[in-house]
Amino acid sequence: MSEHIVPVKVYVTIFLVLLVGTTLTVIAAFIDFPWRLNTIVALTIATVKATFVVLYFMHVRYSTRLVWVIVIAAFFWMAILFAFTLADYFTRGWLSTQSG
Amino acid sequence: MSSPAATDHVHGHPALQHHFENMEQQREAGTLGMWIFLVTEIMFFGGMFLAYALYRTFYPAAFASGSNHLDIWLGGFNTAVLILSSFTMAMAVYFTQVGKLRPQVVCLGLTLLLGLTFLGVKAVEYYSKYEDHLIPGHVIPGRPFDPKVQEEGQPLDPHALHLLPGATKEKVELFYWIYFAMTGMHAVHMIIGAGLLTYLIIFSIRLRFDPEYHSPVEVIGLYWHFVDIVWIFLFPLLYLLGRHFHH
Amino acid sequence: MQPIESFEVPVSPKVNYINAQYGLKSWLLTKDHKRIALLYLGSITFFFFIGGIYALMIRLELLTPQGDFLQSTTYNKVFTQHGIIMIFFFLIPSIPATLGNFLIPMMIGAKDLAFPRINLLSWYIYLLGGVITIYALLAGGVDTGWTFYTPYSTTYSNSYVVATGLGIFINGFSSILTGLNFIVTIHTMRAPGMKWFRMPLFLWSHYATSLIMVLGTPVIAITILLLAFERVAGVGIFNPALGGDPVLFQHLFWFYSHPAVYIMVLPSMGVVSELIANFSRKNIFGYSFVAFSSIAIAVFGFLVWGHHLFVTPQSVYAAMIFSFLSFAVAIPSAIKVFNWTATLYKSSISYETPMLYALGFIGLFTIGGMTGLFLASLAVDVHLSDTYFVVAHFHYIMVGGALMGYLGGLHYWWPKITGRMYPEGWGRFSALVIFVGFNLTFLPQFVAGYLGMPRRYHAYPPEFQVFNVLSTAGASILGFGMLIPALYFVWSMRYGRHAEPNPWHLPGLEWRTPSPPPTENFDVTPIVTWEAYEFAPAEETEVVGKFRDQGALADRPGIEPERG
Repeated sequence: MSEHIVPVKVYVTIFLVLLVGTTLTVIAAFIDFPWRLNTIVALTIATVKATFVVLYFMHVRYSTRLVWVIVIAAFFWMAILFAFTLADYFTRGWLSTQSG
Repeated sequence: MSSPAATDHVHGHPALQHHFENMEQQREAGTLGMWIFLVTEIMFFGGMFLAYALYRTFYPAAFASGSNHLDIWLGGFNTAVLILSSFTMAMAVYFTQVGKLRPQVVCLGLTLLLGLTFLGVKAVEYYSKYEDHLIPGHVIPGRPFDPKVQEEGQPLDPHALHLLPGATKEKVELFYWIYFAMTGMHAVHMIIGAGLLTYLIIFSIRLRFDPEYHSPVEVIGLYWHFVDIVWIFLFPLLYLLGRHFHH
Repeated sequence: MQPIESFEVPVSPKVNYINAQYGLKSWLLTKDHKRIALLYLGSITFFFFIGGIYALMIRLELLTPQGDFLQSTTYNKVFTQHGIIMIFFFLIPSIPATLGNFLIPMMIGAKDLAFPRINLLSWYIYLLGGVITIYALLAGGVDTGWTFYTPYSTTYSNSYVVATGLGIFINGFSSILTGLNFIVTIHTMRAPGMKWFRMPLFLWSHYATSLIMVLGTPVIAITILLLAFERVAGVGIFNPALGGDPVLFQHLFWFYSHPAVYIMVLPSMGVVSELIANFSRKNIFGYSFVAFSSIAIAVFGFLVWGHHLFVTPQSVYAAMIFSFLSFAVAIPSAIKVFNWTATLYKSSISYETPMLYALGFIGLFTIGGMTGLFLASLAVDVHLSDTYFVVAHFHYIMVGGALMGYLGGLHYWWPKITGRMYPEGWGRFSALVIFVGFNLTFLPQFVAGYLGMPRRYHAYPPEFQVFNVLSTAGASILGFGMLIPALYFVWSMRYGRHAEPNPWHLPGLEWRTPSPPPTENFDVTPIVTWEAYEFAPAEETEVVGKFRDQGALADRPGIEPERG
């Protein structure tokens, strides 16, 4: 199995995409979106940028299935840490321990 | 380029280690090893991201206040610097794969330079926090967390915190604690990365790498991209929180 | 590569991994996984004795209801340090770093692990962490409990929290590097024909353990770091004065520390699978169920940590989910116990020392596991939390389970590691003494805890004394029982009977090498065509004939190396 060599064009494109993303996220930060959309917009842009870095700069797009599993597992495990801990904090007020 | 093997390893590249069957197996093992190490890094930073997510949810005004006091231009500049360094790192790997030594070393050198630039800017930022008494707790003996707070109607003081409604100084201290912990840990990883890049430059000049064997360049590249990804998340989460409250 | 010419293996050739090179430097700078395993063996045995001395002090104090042997602050340090040393410096590395390091390359037909130098580095990191921790113990010790709960550990304790934390933090990297090495090795270095489902279950367990090491340890690393920073800075994210939450520390701490208990027990389960199959001369019943259960334990083990927070302000809804999942995580363990038992059924059992330990494991681990279910029930846990019931529960798993598996494995592979047999009679005797001593130590603690005796107290109400006296008596027997193997193992290295390459007549790849093996393990990479526990007839020539029929001794077309 020979190594896949990513063409320079791809790297340049991704680099420009990342710069555009950064600019977008700074602009979006100054706009007052309703509800919690500011956070969602910022995190979405960051996730998209990170995905491009992972897929192209880190060659995951051209890597074996095992590498894909490893990358997904890492984020999944972080999600476990987040989900269960935040589930505790967000549901603390739900059940009143006072009776009557 | 590397000379033919005059070692006791009969077939294969001089860089082939004795317990591997062939270079392909060695390369696969090295790449997999670095990916698993990055998994540990994701979990390591994950703990701090969790603390951030928690307290940001409970104290939004304080976090926004603290965030607004960070220099968005320095932060944005650093983001661009790091993204550029990721590009030069990817190009360094490319040039190694195609066997072009000089561009390879140039790209590695640029990556290192950009990384050091990032650290320099960070030092400037940290110093300004020090000046404004924003370093949490008693980390600096004799200089506890005690920033000036911008009063209504007083002239605008660039060193003073604007407390948004609902924010208190204690909660802002919590923000800065997380800021320093996360960017500090990130900076430590950058410093390690700078060391690794230096090693790569030296060994590239010594002709240790060629298109058949350049695993270290690749895996250190993976590490560098990871450090970039952490910053891609840190920048909006720390610097861009409350700008929309406070244009 | 060339096929193996014959399975005739030279008996104890002159040069093996032990005498291949002489001198301290050849040991301290070795890259041979077998030598590194021995380096670890020496170190963890040292730490085990230190932890054991602390245990002795605990049991001496608890002989009488009054706090008359140690001051309360000293007692706090003693139980804290017992926990820290035993968990971080003995149990977590024990089987993986000794038996795992030694056997994994051999079991898959490789010459070494994927990263031999990182393997050596992991031992040095372990030592560094150990030295720093011992310094902290000698300088004055730490009294927070091995759980380091805030705000006591960050704000109020006057003990050496930061130094101890640093030692544990550094030691964590040893764990991470070991796990990383094992995962990469098992994925990329299996010999041709060694498919995943032909691997001995010992390898499946270690793979699952390595997953936990890699995914969990970094979280406690950052937690300890944040704890240390908070202590140094005077404020932090666990401090209520700033609006922080001490329970956040507990979430982060237990996110690792619960899966850590599976790091401690899974390798032992892997050993037990080997022992049960091999000493009943029967393939493990439900091999794939046992293999998948190992992975299931590793995964589910990450979903239950909140059961350590049942008596904190954790939300009731989260607690209910954690409780349910804690019941669920018992299922894969139970599947293993059922499969081991089914393996024993109608098999040809022999009661050598390793088998005694394996049988002991099955019974004692079952008791430990079932008492865990009491603790997983929310309401019952409110009553049992922080009592001796909990202490007894985890000691049944850690000592009755993990330690028994470790001792069984040590005996079983001792001939391979050293080329000598241990004295079988003494082996069986000490196994029985340990079993009796262990149960006498910890069974009364279930009762004492259920009746309300709290843990981590150096004095207690007089009605609990009878249980504590029984427990201390048991501990003396247990301690005596564990000294015996220490003595005869050392004795056997000089005076023990020389072992053949395959003293137990088993098909595993590790038995296809001399005892002790040469440095490179195999002269040529073996090609595997048999299943994990395929027992051939006892006669060696018949085995050779069987493999010859399978074509193992001729040029073999069409066997694709399996990767992935």
